[in-house]
Amino acid sequence: MPGNTIVIKNGYVYDPTNRVDGEKTPIYIRDGKIVDEKAVKPADAQVIDASGCIVMPGGVDIHTHIAGPKVDSGRLLRPEDHRKDVEPRRQGTRSGVGYSIPSTFTTGYRYARMGWTTVIEPAVPPLKARHVHEEFNDMPIVDKACYPLFGGNWFVIDYIKNNDLDKLTAFVAWMIWATKGYAVKMVNPGGVESWKWGKNCDTIDEPVTYFGITPRQVITSLAKVNERLHLPHTVHVHPNNLGHPGNIKVTLETLKCVEDIASQNGRDSVIHLTHAQFHAYAGEDWKTFSSAADQLVKYVNVHKRSTLDMGQVIFTDTTTMTADGPMEYNLHKLTGLKWINADVELETSAGIVPYIYRKANGVNAIQWAIGLEIALGVEDPWRIFLTTDHPNGGPFTFYPSIISWLVSKKKREALLKETHEFATSRTTLPNLDREYTMSEIAIITRAGIAKAIGMANKGHLGVGADADVAIYNIDPIKTPPSENPDAVEKAFKNVKYTIARGNIAVKDGEVVSSPIGRTHWLDVKVPEDWTKAVYEDLKDKFVKYYTVNLQNYPVQEEYLASSAPRRMELAK
Amino acid sequence: MVQEIVLIPRNINTKVPIEAEVVTPDSFAGKTTEQILNLSVARGNKQLKLKDVFDVKGVKLDKAGDLRIIIQGDIPTVKRIGEGMTAGEIIVRGSVGMHVGNNMRGGKIVVEGSAGDWAGALMKGGEILIKGNAGNYLGASYRGEWRGTSGGTIVVEGSAGNEIGLWMANGKIVVKGSVGQLAGIHMKGGVIVVQGDAAPLAGGEMTKGKIIVMGKAEIMPSFKKEGQVPNVKAGEEGGEVISGPFTKFVGDLADDGKGEVYVKA
Repeated sequence: MPGNTIVIKNGYVYDPTNRVDGEKTPIYIRDGKIVDEKAVKPADAQVIDASGCIVMPGGVDIHTHIAGPKVDSGRLLRPEDHRKDVEPRRQGTRSGVGYSIPSTFTTGYRYARMGWTTVIEPAVPPLKARHVHEEFNDMPIVDKACYPLFGGNWFVIDYIKNNDLDKLTAFVAWMIWATKGYAVKMVNPGGVESWKWGKNCDTIDEPVTYFGITPRQVITSLAKVNERLHLPHTVHVHPNNLGHPGNIKVTLETLKCVEDIASQNGRDSVIHLTHAQFHAYAGEDWKTFSSAADQLVKYVNVHKRSTLDMGQVIFTDTTTMTADGPMEYNLHKLTGLKWINADVELETSAGIVPYIYRKANGVNAIQWAIGLEIALGVEDPWRIFLTTDHPNGGPFTFYPSIISWLVSKKKREALLKETHEFATSRTTLPNLDREYTMSEIAIITRAGIAKAIGMANKGHLGVGADADVAIYNIDPIKTPPSENPDAVEKAFKNVKYTIARGNIAVKDGEVVSSPIGRTHWLDVKVPEDWTKAVYEDLKDKFVKYYTVNLQNYPVQEEYLASSAPRRMELAK
Repeated sequence: MVQEIVLIPRNINTKVPIEAEVVTPDSFAGKTTEQILNLSVARGNKQLKLKDVFDVKGVKLDKAGDLRIIIQGDIPTVKRIGEGMTAGEIIVRGSVGMHVGNNMRGGKIVVEGSAGDWAGALMKGGEILIKGNAGNYLGASYRGEWRGTSGGTIVVEGSAGNEIGLWMANGKIVVKGSVGQLAGIHMKGGVIVVQGDAAPLAGGEMTKGKIIVMGKAEIMPSFKKEGQVPNVKAGEEGGEVISGPFTKFVGDLADDGKGEVYVKA
């Protein structure tokens, strides 16, 4: 989309990918791209004076539940969440509602107001992919992508059982094409399928009910296929046993089991451990519950085959939603609150339960601390990313708060004082002195994520990159972040400017235009005879078991408001 | 010293209801008559001023607790009167629309006629007296909200509709007439007293709290009969005791409930 010609001058630029660390480099934009100075005629350019401001690439969210059937069911389950947070229609923007599960347009506006320009829905039941894209079409400003779910799919399980890696490869490629997806996602691999018999898989070696294969086989097979297809992102894994005391064991086993798989695309990593906080628990039960973040961090700092995102907990009223049906059932039993459980035919399940994280609750206090322990403990910022697993740990609108906690020990100490003493006595958070620099913040919120998901045009401000830029009204020299965490939080909450693909979308915290963002997806071609063989299996299972016809199943590219495919081909 | 501000309805005969959550002692306190007249109210998607709907007479008062708002006449199309009020008094000399006194925290509302649905919804404290009938969802929780009414007292001299006290957690509702179906559904605490009859399904899915029916009631099969008691406490220790005898039921067992339903024996 052609856009304006813009020059951003005098700002402190943080562009870690291009090793720009707070220098006052001018940024030139033309036709939606970052360009060289020579490509811009000064007379045509709109000049933005970013004096006293931070300039960063637009934020990227690697994992945020913002669209699709489970998000929408969450909206239906929680009218009270909508009643308390209403945004009236303004000039150029639509009205919207929702605190923890905002409506589609509002989701786009809220991300843009924080300077985020690319967001990824991480749990798409393939059968419901159309719904995800329908909501994406109504989510302005931000670019989008989504990860279809594979961890409990019958085809996947059958091909693993038959040890047929070629067919599995062809099936994964077909499904990513059919769903217009971007990566391979697993949720409680195998366990979600066991749940349909009322069972679960608590370890990676507990056989999946009826099918007999193990979560370990699911994880390793899909990781192998992922690398074989040269997919830009690694497999994106929500391991077994989420949210249970002592689950660190299965988390570490999950990371270990893919370690000897060769990676592609210049990545070192072969696995992304998502919402790591929910998977770093020690203790035998809720009484002895404590942090195992130190164990996770120790492992990750030595073994460099993984990337992680935080899954930070926020003390607020939120809505948990995941494809992990058994986990949500347990949470409903624990809290007694209303819930939804859903079954998606041959593919996956889902569950939704409201949850309120409280400072005075010992377990919640520990969970809150663990997210920060992980972010502060993982030495390489290119491997740990900021998320709340929105809305599971809390709404994404709290990212500015998390940034303020990461840059300031003073701020963390003040919060520890008002939080249940378990956050102090059962975690290592009080001993962590690290304070993130602005450059590191830029890595964990954009540059590192863009690299991890292999989006070469995102997360940086080098020539050729998409012109996604955020300008925050804070002077990092005059107001050092570690001393001024509240000023940092304020600046990140409402940007001075958000530029999306060359369009000024937000100015002084107000949405001024709502360009339609693109939907990124992978079009992976595999050898034709593999696809043919898989197609016979598809026809068979669709006739026998699916409620829809195979012909009606794939989401057509025309269905996407703004399609941005990456065409790839696997040689035999 | 208590002083009055009088609202005289004009222009309220409208098919589209008027939302007047600004009519509370809290929002009138510290404002001149001129400022009060210019408060915003909504009619559908149109923004109006209070003066488009009411004439206002009175003096400026600084404390909400010193303020009595008198609404002269029927205002069945006006919603949300007294929303969230914390102190002072509102007297409606007629009937009032939906949501009167919702989220109220303190003070008193007297409705001399009848009230629409959702009167006293999600109430946290204070008193509401309705001299006529109340609609459905009296003292109830709004859609989706499981943290229901948590305090205050509602007295209805007439009858009330369905699902009164939905998700009620504390406080007291007294209905001198009869009530509709599903009184006290999902109730978790507090007391509902029905001096007339209760329609079927009273106490459905209740887990705690008391429903006392002095007329007739059909008890759900998921309640267990616990025998007769001579009288029932309808409030805190030392509070009101209602003489029986009553038949006591406990449930809703379908929800592992320990709620109590008493029906005049």
